Amino acid sequence: MDFDLIVIGAGPGGYVAAIRAAQLGMKTAIIERENLGGICLNWGCIPTKALLKTAETYEHLDHLADYGLSIEKRGFDFEKVVARSRGVAKTLSGGIAFLMKKNKIEVIEGAAKLEKGSPAPKVTVALKSGGSRTVQAKHVIIATGARARVIPAVGMVPDGERIWTYREAMTPKAMPKSLIVIGSGAIGIEFASFYRALGAGVTVVEAMDRILPVEDEEVSAAALKSFEKRGLKFRIGAKVTKLAKEGSGVAIELEVGGKSEKLTAEKAIVAVGIEGNVENLGLEALGVKLDRGHIVNDKHGATNVPGLYAIGDVAGPPWLAHKASHEGVHCVEHIAGKAGPTLDSPIPGCTYADPQVASVGLTEAAAKKAGYAVKVGRYPFQNHGKAIASGDTDGFVKTVFDAKTGALLGAHMIGHEVTEMIQGYVIAMTMEATEAELMGTVFPHPTMSEAMHEATLAAYGQALHV
Amino acid sequence: MTDILMPALSPTMEEGKLAKWNIKVGDTVASGMIIAEIETDKATMEVEAVDEGVVDAILVEAGTEGVKVNAVIARLKAEGGAASAPAPADKAPEAKAAPAPEAKPAPAAAPSLVAAAASPAPKAAGARVFASPLAKRLAKEKGVDLAAVKGTGPHGRIVKADVEGAKPGAAAPAAHTGGQSKSLESLGIAAGSYDLVPLDGMRKVIARRLTESFRDIPHFPLTVDIEIDALLAARVKINAALEKSGVKVSVNDILIKASAMALKAVPEANASFTPDGIAMHHNADIAVAVAIEGGLITPIVRKAETKTLSQIATEMKDLAARARDRKLAPAEFQGGTFSLSNLGMFGIKNFSSIINEPQGCILSVGAGEQRPVVKNGQLAVATVMSVTLTCDHRVVDGSVGAKWVQAFKSYCEDPVTMLA
Repeated sequence: MDFDLIVIGAGPGGYVAAIRAAQLGMKTAIIERENLGGICLNWGCIPTKALLKTAETYEHLDHLADYGLSIEKRGFDFEKVVARSRGVAKTLSGGIAFLMKKNKIEVIEGAAKLEKGSPAPKVTVALKSGGSRTVQAKHVIIATGARARVIPAVGMVPDGERIWTYREAMTPKAMPKSLIVIGSGAIGIEFASFYRALGAGVTVVEAMDRILPVEDEEVSAAALKSFEKRGLKFRIGAKVTKLAKEGSGVAIELEVGGKSEKLTAEKAIVAVGIEGNVENLGLEALGVKLDRGHIVNDKHGATNVPGLYAIGDVAGPPWLAHKASHEGVHCVEHIAGKAGPTLDSPIPGCTYADPQVASVGLTEAAAKKAGYAVKVGRYPFQNHGKAIASGDTDGFVKTVFDAKTGALLGAHMIGHEVTEMIQGYVIAMTMEATEAELMGTVFPHPTMSEAMHEATLAAYGQALHV
Repeated sequence: MTDILMPALSPTMEEGKLAKWNIKVGDTVASGMIIAEIETDKATMEVEAVDEGVVDAILVEAGTEGVKVNAVIARLKAEGGAASAPAPADKAPEAKAAPAPEAKPAPAAAPSLVAAAASPAPKAAGARVFASPLAKRLAKEKGVDLAAVKGTGPHGRIVKADVEGAKPGAAAPAAHTGGQSKSLESLGIAAGSYDLVPLDGMRKVIARRLTESFRDIPHFPLTVDIEIDALLAARVKINAALEKSGVKVSVNDILIKASAMALKAVPEANASFTPDGIAMHHNADIAVAVAIEGGLITPIVRKAETKTLSQIATEMKDLAARARDRKLAPAEFQGGTFSLSNLGMFGIKNFSSIINEPQGCILSVGAGEQRPVVKNGQLAVATVMSVTLTCDHRVVDGSVGAKWVQAFKSYCEDPVTMLA
């Protein structure tokens, strides 16, 4: 037996699982075919945050007069904007290499393929450096992640030049003048927000009846208003019937409310969801159970094949880095017989547009559908001290409580830096706080977080500043 | 300087009585030496020294009750080492007889008594209960006593799911522990006309568990007469054969075996009710009631279906002797799947025992005596023993109980079939 544990994929699910395994004394190897850190660190969460910081700073420059400041002329060097983002990704990927070394985790660079084996499948790696190597461990975790979904039937297939996925959208050679973003989930909205801030004409196409469809309806509505104020255009309830290159750009044909429509732009970004990286791993031969492009696992990550586990994006939604890490740690602890009791912790979601959106738990509609009698609290940043002082008055905080027990069922926020605040509610939910503890918590003044307190009080008719 | 700590004799033990010291200040202690005896609700156990040294101070006096697990009970100094400042016993916080309650229990939830082995995660009276705010609120609404709930959250904290899975009414008001809320005086019994024997751990557990069982479990008895002449004859032969080995098989040993065989024949009777479902036990672990001074205890013959009569007899003799000395380890009296209580030696004709939770059945055995029986229309004399099976109706329905009784009767009346 070469290892106690082999992890396939070094994204935020895989590398975190490997570190936890090393901490628990397991001899661990991690296999990565591309970059340590996975999509998150190289092509997702992190480099987009670098781009969005540029967008945010650039937007501020446009409002300097509001703060009594002046500037002659704002401008940007697009190449440097992209280069900074790549530099950030590179720094962090190097950090993962250090962490692997520090934890004595063997990094095997190459593409892994599974074969029948006992007590866990054998892993053969087509090495990046040439040749192959077969390794065996007591346990194998698949953490190969996911990639952008493509829909060839309507031409939603990236060509790397005019039809982009997040990858090309992150490393453009030049700033496009016009852009169509298909899909208004977190990925689509973040790119739309970035390119709009730098001056592109951007239209977002969404098939559902509202943008950010997983968020609370009130948040979706407020986000739409805020984004439109910033010049983003939307086609909502729009079914894409055809996407194709046309002239020097792209053309998209839509069906909106029974009517056909055609839009053109320089580039298009396809952000219509995610599909699991389940191919070329030898899963079929092993008989690993799949469901709609994802590996089926149990609550501890175990697949139907002994010794084989799957965590993170490849095992299904929500496709979030922190969910992958949480599952990775739990899976390893379960293997070590030390699983903690926090498996079912609520998982927050964040969208880093301007304004930001953050949420955890049930939306008001979902809570009602689940049969809860709810108490809902809302508090706008519009009349909030810190928000007014900072000039960040967009947005609000909304809470959903179970009227019967006082359990916090969900919290929804839109506004400046709300992604940094949502954890307050996440901790409350994880610890099973009720409205009483949240009401009794002292929030520092003046901060944006006071709105979280007020939104709790508001659910019980006790808000102080409305 | 080495501290000697109050040991935990079972995973659920939180405190106990330091019954006896075998050492005094100045004694030299070697590793493995028996230095003290500790009494819990059900057992008295000897404490072996782990470290070596000279006894520097005894911090908890013999006879002290309610000594918390891991409290420092004595100190050793290395041989020839300097003595520490004496720590007089009456200064030690553990030295007071009754521990002061640390936290007032919630008004709705009376302090639960130190629970018996089978109860989940018992908590000592007054001990702080760790529960999430939501769990506390749900418990209050449902009327669940958090002290009786096992926590599955971090560090054993009670979370929402634990309360949702708990039975309402797990809250046991003080009266239900068997203690009376009214004084005897108010009931017309003059003060001074009786002596009050303090409730020891075992008595409290008997009072609480049997009150709960009799109140909460829908139970019913099934009685049958069994002719045991064949069984008695077999026993004579078996004992003659065993004479050289010195083992003597009692009627009760044969009944243990017959009970286990009947449980294998009717496995539905070898079951426990749990909120998640009915636990069907794999083995017949027979708990045998043994009367001891101050109460009773039920040592267990495990996998009795797999054991020979001489094995059962040998094991039972040892268990009963150690039970009477309160020397059983917790594992030896916790977790049986079926109970057997025999009052035949007192001439009791028939009785029905109270279910021993979480077991599904308990068998009560009366005296074997010569009785007139009718055989083929003729009066005859046979040795007859009446037995009663008390069943927990949540798991064992009438027909299942009756099938078990039938199987048991048939093994007893024709003991050779147990060899099949």
